[in-house]
Amino acid sequence: MEYTLFILLLPLCSFLLLGLLDSKISKTAAGIIGTMSLGAVTLLSYFTAFEYFTADRVNGVFEKVVPYNITWLPLGDLHFDMGILLDPISVMMLIVISTVSLMVHIYSFGYMKGERGFQRYYAFLSLFTMSMLGLVVATNIFQMYLFWELVGVSSYLLIGFYYTTPAAIAASKKAFIVTRFADMFFLVGILIYGYYCKSFGFDFNAEGFAAGAFMLPTALVLMFIGGAGKSAMFPLHIWLPDAMEGPTPVSALIHAATMVVAGVFQIARLFPLWIQYAPEAMTIVVWVGVITAFYAAAVACVQSDIKRVLAFSTISQIAFMMVALGVCLPGEHGAVIDNHASLGYMASMFHLFTHAMFKALLFLGAGCIIHAVHSNEMSAMGGLRKYMPITHITFLIACLAIAGIPPFSGFFSKDEILTACMHYSPVVGWIMTGVAAMTAFYMFRLYFGIFWGTENKELHAHHTPHEAPLAMTLPLMVLTCITLVAGFIPFGHFVSASGEAYDIHLDWTVAATSIVVAVVSIALATYIYAGSRQPVAEKLHDAYPRLHRWAFKRFYLDEVYQFVTHRIIFAYISRPIAWFDRNVVDGFFNFLAWGTHKLSHAIRGLQSGSVQLYAQVFLLGILVIILILIM
Amino acid sequence: MDSHNIMFVILAVIIMLSSIATVVSKSIIRAATYLLFVLLGTAGLYFLMGYSFLGAVQIMVYAGGIIVLYVFSILLTSGQQEKLNRVYLMKKVAVGMSCLAGLAVFIAMFFKQQFLAAALSAPSESDASFLSIEEIGKQMLSTGEGGYLLPFEAVSILLLACIVGGLIIARKR
Amino acid sequence: MIQLEYLLIISAVMLFAGIYGFFTRKSTLAMLLSIELMLNAADINFAVFNRMLFPEGHEGYFFAIFGIAIAAAESAIAIAIMINIYRMLKNISVDELKKMKW
Repeated sequence: MEYTLFILLLPLCSFLLLGLLDSKISKTAAGIIGTMSLGAVTLLSYFTAFEYFTADRVNGVFEKVVPYNITWLPLGDLHFDMGILLDPISVMMLIVISTVSLMVHIYSFGYMKGERGFQRYYAFLSLFTMSMLGLVVATNIFQMYLFWELVGVSSYLLIGFYYTTPAAIAASKKAFIVTRFADMFFLVGILIYGYYCKSFGFDFNAEGFAAGAFMLPTALVLMFIGGAGKSAMFPLHIWLPDAMEGPTPVSALIHAATMVVAGVFQIARLFPLWIQYAPEAMTIVVWVGVITAFYAAAVACVQSDIKRVLAFSTISQIAFMMVALGVCLPGEHGAVIDNHASLGYMASMFHLFTHAMFKALLFLGAGCIIHAVHSNEMSAMGGLRKYMPITHITFLIACLAIAGIPPFSGFFSKDEILTACMHYSPVVGWIMTGVAAMTAFYMFRLYFGIFWGTENKELHAHHTPHEAPLAMTLPLMVLTCITLVAGFIPFGHFVSASGEAYDIHLDWTVAATSIVVAVVSIALATYIYAGSRQPVAEKLHDAYPRLHRWAFKRFYLDEVYQFVTHRIIFAYISRPIAWFDRNVVDGFFNFLAWGTHKLSHAIRGLQSGSVQLYAQVFLLGILVIILILIM
Repeated sequence: MDSHNIMFVILAVIIMLSSIATVVSKSIIRAATYLLFVLLGTAGLYFLMGYSFLGAVQIMVYAGGIIVLYVFSILLTSGQQEKLNRVYLMKKVAVGMSCLAGLAVFIAMFFKQQFLAAALSAPSESDASFLSIEEIGKQMLSTGEGGYLLPFEAVSILLLACIVGGLIIARKR
Repeated sequence: MIQLEYLLIISAVMLFAGIYGFFTRKSTLAMLLSIELMLNAADINFAVFNRMLFPEGHEGYFFAIFGIAIAAAESAIAIAIMINIYRMLKNISVDELKKMKW
């Protein structure tokens, strides 16, 4: 499967081409180059998946395929490799990334039309796609880290795409700094892992792992912090809502479907180590996930910016995946990894897959709406269903999918997660069911707020909203189709904890509960928000003003960060260091420069141009030397 | 005191006095003339040492060539302002004092060093230092031990370059 | 008796006379005359040391010859430059020749 190299090379080439040519080629040409290369990548990915999953199983599992692996930096015993690793989850990720990325590329034709820096935008999209693909096919943790940072950079570049708006600059900086801060822990974790286990690779059967077992929980938890930063887990989630300052297709691609699940992917990649050497530490993953899921859902219920709602929804859904990974248990008899005990692994990957599709759909739909009304605020919307039928239908299907209504894809994956949680602990199970109910509630609040309710007549008076062009609605329709059928994919046959085929069977008690809960939540949302007036919502708001304000301000977490960084770190650590740098370090060099200047000023009279004076000095020197020699 | 020693004393006096006169005389054309005496006296010293070929070269090149060149150029450039410009007395005194001091140091050094040399005797063909012109020619063009072909060629090229350079610099534009 | 030291004293006097002239003269041609004095003093030393200390060798002898040749070359070029300067500036006093400074 040597052709997989092109999956990485094509977007890299298109990035270099578009980045170097920039405005020398027309916008259309740039878009076509980017989209064509992505189309080729998508075809290759599908072909890879087809070939990979139709190959014969060995001992009941799909074999890992490593078409390339070169030693890049040998360091004594250790070595950093670069290569391509194909196994069920990386192939699954290839499909997710290439599909969503292709959709976003097509969609951007319509959405970014006429924007300044269109070529740059496509170049960055190619860079992002290349790095994300490189991340998932990494053969070792170090290569993963390299591409991990590259996706961070491309995310930074794309969030700050509108670099003339101060908010976008602040958001891109925030995203970069927060994730970098988390990545520091990731790096430390990698180094501990490499030092004690004598390997960076993903071949977990080597003896080194047993020798380094006592340090593995530490290393894994440190790496989890890195993953939590990238995946916006509480309390490192603060960058993701702000990242919505970037163009909406970018939010769909990077901050909903692909990059933010890198943390989930990382844990899934190291899953054999977690389950074998650090099962206790997985409790941390579970509770971080639970807190994040609940917190984000609570905040999402009151936000008024539609992209913010979707951002918190993303955080909440990723937390679902985290929880699902965390609730995996070691097998009770025989093998450490047991498909039944580790149902959460499969559930998490399944949810990652379905969520990527319907969340991208939601974001792209939100992009259409923003495109139509030129605002992110729900107050500017309402009653849009008449104007935008396609967006309306696709958005509704995505909402139903995320709410967990059968037969849409979200139902199946979420049901598996809830089953796994129930199996782990009823407490976690019921909390997650509650969060699922909140999910249904806020999604339909959003839906009704956008498409039903009162139309904002004064805003629409001089500008009637209209349906988006075909370039934008086509991706919506494609993603809707995937969302409709994805739930019926026998996902357990392709991806499972042990690699052996696993039949998904619905646990009807859990499924029925979650359906009932979801339907009730939707009904509640309908009751509160569907009408043109919303007396219940206002009454609730008046009854609990403080709670509403706290939730709206995201429980003041950003302010806490602001306080800690500005008042404590900046004031008591950074400022003295800055003072030292400005006055002592700079002062020393300024003194050298000043001294040189003064000295040269003083001796410049010697350069008189008079030959005789030079000769006198010369003679004087010679006499001194002679005297020294004969003395 | 034989004639050899008397000759030496006369030459020494001429050289030293003419040297000083060269640098203190007010007229530059006179200074050039005094320099001629110095160079001729030097040639006399060479003869006294038995280096007759060297003395002949000294007279031909220096006294016959260079001095004539100087006189020509002085006449070309100075013209009416033949007189040397006035220099500050203080500077003259200072330089003179330091030159005397240097000379004193040098002379002190000469006498401090115990040179092994015997006194200079009258030249004769039996001396070890005697060098016939034939030998000079052979040595100058030999590549073996004690041969000077390389510096000879280097000086030839230098002189050629000097001729070309002199022509280029001094030509009318 | 002609001692080595006497010969050296002659050349030392010549050398310091040259130095004195080099510093006190304003006319560049007069400075060149002083330089000739100094070169001549060096030539004398070559010959004297050869003759008095190593009568069998001839290194000093040949060096004196080459020294004369080089002095001739040097003064030819220097005089060409002086003539050129004189053509341009109508003056060859060192005080006026400070253009070298820049």
